Amino acid sequence: MRTVLQRAARSALTSRHGRAYHASVLPSLISPASPEFREKSDAMDALVADFDAKMAQARLGGGPKAAERMRSKGKKLPRERLSLLLDPHTPFLELSSLAAHDVYPGEFIPSAGIITGIGRISGRECMVVVNDATVKGGSYYPLTVKKHLRAQEIAREHGLPCVYVVESGGAALPHQANVFPDKEHFGRIFYNMAQMSALGIPQIAMVHGISVAGGAYVPAMADENIIVREQGRIFLAGPPLVKAATGEIVDEETLGGGQMHSSESGVTDHLARDDEHAIAIARGMVGDLGAAGGKAGKPSATPEDPLYPASELHGIVGTDLRQSFDMRDVIARVVDGSRFREFKKEYGTTMITGFAHVHGYKVGIVANNGILFSPSALKATHFIQLCSQRQIPLLFLVNVTGYMVGSKAERGGIAKDGAKMVRAVACADVPKLTVIVGGSFGAGNYGMSGRAYSPRFLWMWPNAKVSVMGSGQLSQVMTTVSKDPGQHSSLKDAIEAQSTALYSTARLWDDGIIKPTDTRDVVGLGLALAARERPGSRGQCNAGSTTWDGSNRGFGVFRM
Amino acid sequence: MIPSQRSASHSLRQISVAQSALVPLTRVNTGKKLTTRSIQSYTSSAGRTQTRSQTLVKYPIAFHARSLATPSLGSVSSSTTRKPHFDKILIANRGEIACRVIRTAKKLGIKTVAVYSEVDSNALHVTEADEAYCIGPAPSSESYLHMDKIIDVCHRSGAQAVHPGYGFLSENAKFAARLAEEGIVFIGPPSSAIISMGSKSESKNIMLAAGVPCVPGYHGSDQDPTLLFQEAEKIGFPVLIKAIHGGGGKGMRTVHTPAEFQEALESAKREARKSFGNDDVLVEKYIVRPRHVEVQVFADTMDDVVSLWERDCSVQRRNQKIIEEAPAPGLTPELRADLSAKAVAAAKAVNYVGAGTVEFIFDNDTQKFYFMEMNTRLQVEHPVTEMVTGLDLVEWQLEVAAGNPLPLPQSSIPLVGHAFEARIYAENPRNNFLPDSGPLLYLSTPTPTQIFAPALPLKPSTSPLDVHSLFVPLRETSASVAPSLRLEQGFTQGSQIGVFYDPMIAKLVAYGRDRTEALRMLRRGLEEYKVVGVSTNVEFLRRLAGNEAFIAGEVETGFIPKHFDELFPPVSDPSPELLAQTALFVALREHPNWLTSPPTPWTSLSSRRFGGDVYERIITLQKDEASAEPITVHIKSTSPGYFDVEVQTPQSNVTYKSVPARLVSPTTISSTLEAVSLETTIVSQPPLPAVPASTSTNSMERLHIFSGGQKTTLAIPSPKWLLSLGGDVLSASKGALKAPMPSLVVEVRVSVGDRVEKGQAVVILESMKTETVLRADTAGVVKTVGCKKGEMVEEGRELVNIEEDS
Repeated sequence: MRTVLQRAARSALTSRHGRAYHASVLPSLISPASPEFREKSDAMDALVADFDAKMAQARLGGGPKAAERMRSKGKKLPRERLSLLLDPHTPFLELSSLAAHDVYPGEFIPSAGIITGIGRISGRECMVVVNDATVKGGSYYPLTVKKHLRAQEIAREHGLPCVYVVESGGAALPHQANVFPDKEHFGRIFYNMAQMSALGIPQIAMVHGISVAGGAYVPAMADENIIVREQGRIFLAGPPLVKAATGEIVDEETLGGGQMHSSESGVTDHLARDDEHAIAIARGMVGDLGAAGGKAGKPSATPEDPLYPASELHGIVGTDLRQSFDMRDVIARVVDGSRFREFKKEYGTTMITGFAHVHGYKVGIVANNGILFSPSALKATHFIQLCSQRQIPLLFLVNVTGYMVGSKAERGGIAKDGAKMVRAVACADVPKLTVIVGGSFGAGNYGMSGRAYSPRFLWMWPNAKVSVMGSGQLSQVMTTVSKDPGQHSSLKDAIEAQSTALYSTARLWDDGIIKPTDTRDVVGLGLALAARERPGSRGQCNAGSTTWDGSNRGFGVFRM
Repeated sequence: MIPSQRSASHSLRQISVAQSALVPLTRVNTGKKLTTRSIQSYTSSAGRTQTRSQTLVKYPIAFHARSLATPSLGSVSSSTTRKPHFDKILIANRGEIACRVIRTAKKLGIKTVAVYSEVDSNALHVTEADEAYCIGPAPSSESYLHMDKIIDVCHRSGAQAVHPGYGFLSENAKFAARLAEEGIVFIGPPSSAIISMGSKSESKNIMLAAGVPCVPGYHGSDQDPTLLFQEAEKIGFPVLIKAIHGGGGKGMRTVHTPAEFQEALESAKREARKSFGNDDVLVEKYIVRPRHVEVQVFADTMDDVVSLWERDCSVQRRNQKIIEEAPAPGLTPELRADLSAKAVAAAKAVNYVGAGTVEFIFDNDTQKFYFMEMNTRLQVEHPVTEMVTGLDLVEWQLEVAAGNPLPLPQSSIPLVGHAFEARIYAENPRNNFLPDSGPLLYLSTPTPTQIFAPALPLKPSTSPLDVHSLFVPLRETSASVAPSLRLEQGFTQGSQIGVFYDPMIAKLVAYGRDRTEALRMLRRGLEEYKVVGVSTNVEFLRRLAGNEAFIAGEVETGFIPKHFDELFPPVSDPSPELLAQTALFVALREHPNWLTSPPTPWTSLSSRRFGGDVYERIITLQKDEASAEPITVHIKSTSPGYFDVEVQTPQSNVTYKSVPARLVSPTTISSTLEAVSLETTIVSQPPLPAVPASTSTNSMERLHIFSGGQKTTLAIPSPKWLLSLGGDVLSASKGALKAPMPSLVVEVRVSVGDRVEKGQAVVILESMKTETVLRADTAGVVKTVGCKKGEMVEEGRELVNIEEDS
C-alpha cells in the first residue's frame, strides 16, 4: 500500500518537473482484468509458490536434528553465521540456492551443502562462501565443488573479497572421481584462491569446525584467517588416519586445535572465543582491507521505481511458452521510470534493443520479441557494438525459440547473420547479465548470451526453459527421425524434463532461479557489482577477462 | 489605530519616559547585541494590544519602558526624580539564577559581570555575561563564597553593584557589610536586617512585638510539670513536647489530650536525659496538617513595603521544596489580606529593603498561620509570583537598589491566574531523593513560551484606597490571559551536574488561567523534559502533578509520605510495546545510510532478500540491572519500512504484524503498534570504551526510552565472547583499584611500598553524598598511588595499584 502511495507521490513529483510524459516512457497496454491475463497470472502464481516452497525447504539445510546437534556444541547455524557476518539490514544476493535439487538419487543435499552469495560486510560487497555442516558434515559433492568454483569465478570477475566460512570434512569420498581429479574439481578451489590473492583480491577464511584434508587448504591458502577456540580444527589427516599411518595416538584438539595453530604452527592468525567472536574479527578484517577491498561504482542517475507494478509480470508472461507476449511490457516493469530509449525500433522487430537505467545504472537491453530473423540478428549485433564502444553493460532478456529456419532464411544468410550476433556477444567488452524470462532454445541461446558466453550472471524465471529446441519442434523432429513411438515419447519426456528451470538450476547451468517480481532488484544489484572498480584490473578493457597471465601480480600472499 | 484615549496617553508617556532614560541606555547598548532577543521577547509577551507593540517596533529603545509603561507608575513617581540604574553589575552566583539576573540586566541595558570557578569555565552563565572572571577552584569556599576575590573582581571590572542570587553569599551579613565598606551596592537588604532575621529567637521576639503571630509555645526554664501542663492547656491541645537539646526525633512526644500529658512528659524527659544528659523541654502547639505558605514582600529605601501575595511551598522532600505555586490554594480573601498585612508588618519591623520572603506555617485545620522565618533574598521560587503579578522581580530589585521607589503601589499589584514551579533536580526519588551527579549527556526541554512573565494589562482599581481593601489584589485584566510555560535553566547538554554544587538542573514554570490549567501545562512540560546522564525527579514531579489529592489542592508538608504509595507505584516491567519500539530503534539506526546521493542498491535495498527469503534479526535487551534476564525481540523485514516484531520476555510472548516504523531523527522513532501511532524518544548512552565488558550494565550500551512521561532504561547485553575477553582484562588488572564512578577522594590510606592484605581499606571515596570504601582485592605491595586526598577523580581512573604476592 505504502509503496504504491510512494510511487504515486513520486510520479506526481516528476510531473511537476515536466518529466511524466516522456517520449521514451513505455505505455502499459495490458488489461489485467481480462480472463487470459488472470489465467496466466494464476498459473505463474502457482509456479512461484511451488518454487518458494522448495527454496524455503532448501534454506532449512540438513534439517532440525542436524541443526540441534550443531547448536548443542555451542555453534551457530550456517545461516546464522552468514546473517551475523553481513552488515545488518543489507541485501544478500544468494546464488543457486536450489543447486543439487533432486540430483543425487536417494540423497537430499539442499543447496549442494554450501551457501554462496554476495553481501555487504563492513560496508564492502564481498563474496561469502559458507559450508553447511548440517548437510553431510559439509562435505564436497561434485555440485558443491561446482558451486564453490562458480562463486570464486564471480568474485574474480567483480573483484569481490572472498570470505570462506569453513566447516567441512572435505571431498565426499564416494564421489571422489567426480570431485577430485579434473581441471574444474577440488584443486581448482585453491588454484583460484592463489590466483585471486595474486590479483589483489583478499581471501579470508574463518574456521568454525573441522577443516580436514583438502579442506585444510582453504584456511591455509587464505591471506588472513581465524579459528574458533576448542571448535575449529585444521589437519591434513584426522586422528584415525594418523594412527593408521604412523601409529601416533592423538586427539583432535592437540592435532589441529585453534590454540595449537595460533600459538605454535602459525597456520591461523586469530584465535576467537566462539562463532560470534570469529565473525566480529572477520568483520573487522574486511573493514581494514583498504584499497584491496575494491570500490563500489556509483550509479549515473538517481534511481526511480518503474511506473507499473512488478506483480503484473505474472499475468504478462504466464507459464505457457507457446503464448507470446510483448517484452516491452516486461521492460516497463524492470527499468527506472519505465523509460526505454529504443534503438532501431522499426527494423528487425522481433528483436528489441535500447537504453535504460536500472537502479540508476545505465544498461543496454537486448530482448526477444519473437523468432530471430536476419535483420533482428543484425540489429542486435549493431546494438551490442554500440554498448561495447560506450562501455555500457548489457542486459539480455531472453525468450527465444531460435533463429529462423527454411530455405528463404538460409538463402538470406541467417547462419552468417546469426554468427555475427554470436561473435558480438562472445567478444563484447562489457559486463553481460542474462535473465531467461521464457525459452532459450537452440542457437538463440548462444546469441542471447547463454551460459557458454560467460555472462557475469545468468538468472532464470521459474517458468523458463533451456534446451536444444522447443518442445513443439522437438515433437516434430522426433516423429521424423524415430519410428518407435514409445521410444520417442520417452525421449521427448526426458528432454522436456531436462529443459526446466529447476533441472537447470540444480545443475548450476545458471546462478539461480529468481521470481519475476525480484528481477529489477536482482539486476540492479548485479549492475552495481558490474560497475565496481576492480583491484588489479588494468582499465575497463580488462574487466571481462578471466585470465590473469601477464598481470605481473606475482604470487599473492604466502602463509608464513 | 488608537483604541482609547487612555492607552493613547499611556503611549505618549511611555515615549517621554523612555527618552529620559535614553542617555545611559544607548551608551550601554552600542557595545552589545543584547537587544534583539529582549525586544522579541517583549514584543511577543507584551504585544497583546496592537498599539503598544507598534510603539515598540517604532521605538526600539522602549524595551526599558516596559515596567514604566504599567498603568500605575505615573502616579507613584515622576520621571524627573528617577535615579538611573547601574551601568554594570556583578552576579556572585552560578547556574539558572545567574542566567536569570543576566537576562533582566540585558533587558535593561545593564552590563553584567560573571564570576566562575575553574570547573565552570564553560558554564552558561559565563557565556551569557558580558565579562567573566575566574575566581578560584571548584570548592565553593574557594570560589563562590570567597568574598575577597569577588570584591576584587568588582573593582577590576568596575561593577557598581553585586547581585548575590540565592544561596552562597546571598544572606551573608558580613558580605553585605564588606560591600558597603568598599562602596559597592549589595542588591539585597541592609546587613542589619539580615542579622535580625538570621537569628531564630531574635526574629521571633521582633515579630511578636510587631504583632505577627508566632507558633504558641512555652520556652521557659521553669520545668515544673504542673506549670508545663498549664502552659500546654493555654496553648491548646494537641501540643508537642520537645527536648531543648533534642534532635532526630528523640525526646519528642506529640500529645493529643490533656490526659496523656503527664505520662508523655515523663517519657520525653527520660529519653532526653538518657540521650542528651539534659531533660529540659519546651512545649509548642502541634500542627497536625501544616502547610508552608510564604509571602513575597518588597521594600524600598523610602520605607514603603508591598506584598506581592503569597506562595504555597508545602510539598517538600528532605525539608526542601520541590514544587511551588502562587497563589496558595484554598485561601479566603480575608486570610490572604491578613497574611500580606502581617508579612508587610514583619518587613517593616526590621526596616527591610529589597526582595524578601516571610515564611509562615499554616495550620490546615484551624486556618491559622504563624511566623517561621524571613528569607532575606530573592528566592528560587520567585517566578511563580512573577507569573501571577506580571512583574519582573529582578527588575524591581535593581530599581530599589538604584534608590528608586517601588514601581507599583500595593493597590496596583495584580494577582491573575495561577502558576506552578517544578524544580528539576539530579536526584533519585526512589532512593530517598538522594542527589545524583554526572554529565547531562542528553537534554531536551519543552519549548518555553515566555522568557519573562507576560505583562498583565490591568484595569486600575476603582475602589477607594482604605486600609481594609489595601491587600485586595487586582484580578481583572483587560486582555485574556494565555497559558504559558517558562524555563529557567543554567545548564546545557554536556554540563556536569551536582558534583560540587546544588544538583538543581532547571525550573519549569507553568502558568494558566486557573490551577487546573496551570497543572495541565506543567504536566505537559514535564513530559517533554528529557534528561540522560543523571537520574532526575522529572518522572516523580509528573506523577505528583497528576496526583488526585494534589490536583484537589490538598497540600500539606507531609504530602509525600501521606501519598507515598500513589507517588511511588511499583516499577513495572517494560511493556511489550516499549520493547518492540526499542528493538525497532536498534534495527533502524543500523540501516545503511544511503543519504549519499545517488544511492547504490546495495545500500538502498535494505534487508532485501530473494526467493521468498525474509531478513530476520534478533535483538537482545535487558533491564538496567546486572544479570537481568535477557529479553529477545525478533524483527523481520517484511517489506521496505514494515516489520514483523515478536517480543519474548520471560513472562510473555507478543507478536506485532506488519509494523510501519522509521526514524524521524537519530533519537526519535515513529511506529504504529496495534493501530496506535507512537513517537518515542530513545537516547543511546554508550559505555566508556575502556571499561572491560562484564555483566554490569555500565559496561553495556544503555538506551533511555522516553515514553508517556516515563523514562525507561534498557541495556544491550554484551555477547558472550566480549564478556570472556572482558573477564581476561579484569583478571589481568587484578590489584588495580579503579574509581567506580566520578567521586571525591576523601582519604588515601596507603602509600607506595606499603604491604596490604586482601580486603584492607585502601581509598575512601565520596560520591552522591555516600562514602565508598575501596578495598584491596588481593594481598600484596602497593606499587602506585594515582590520587590524592581532596581530588575529584573520574570514573575508571586507577587509584591504587597493588602488586600481587607471587
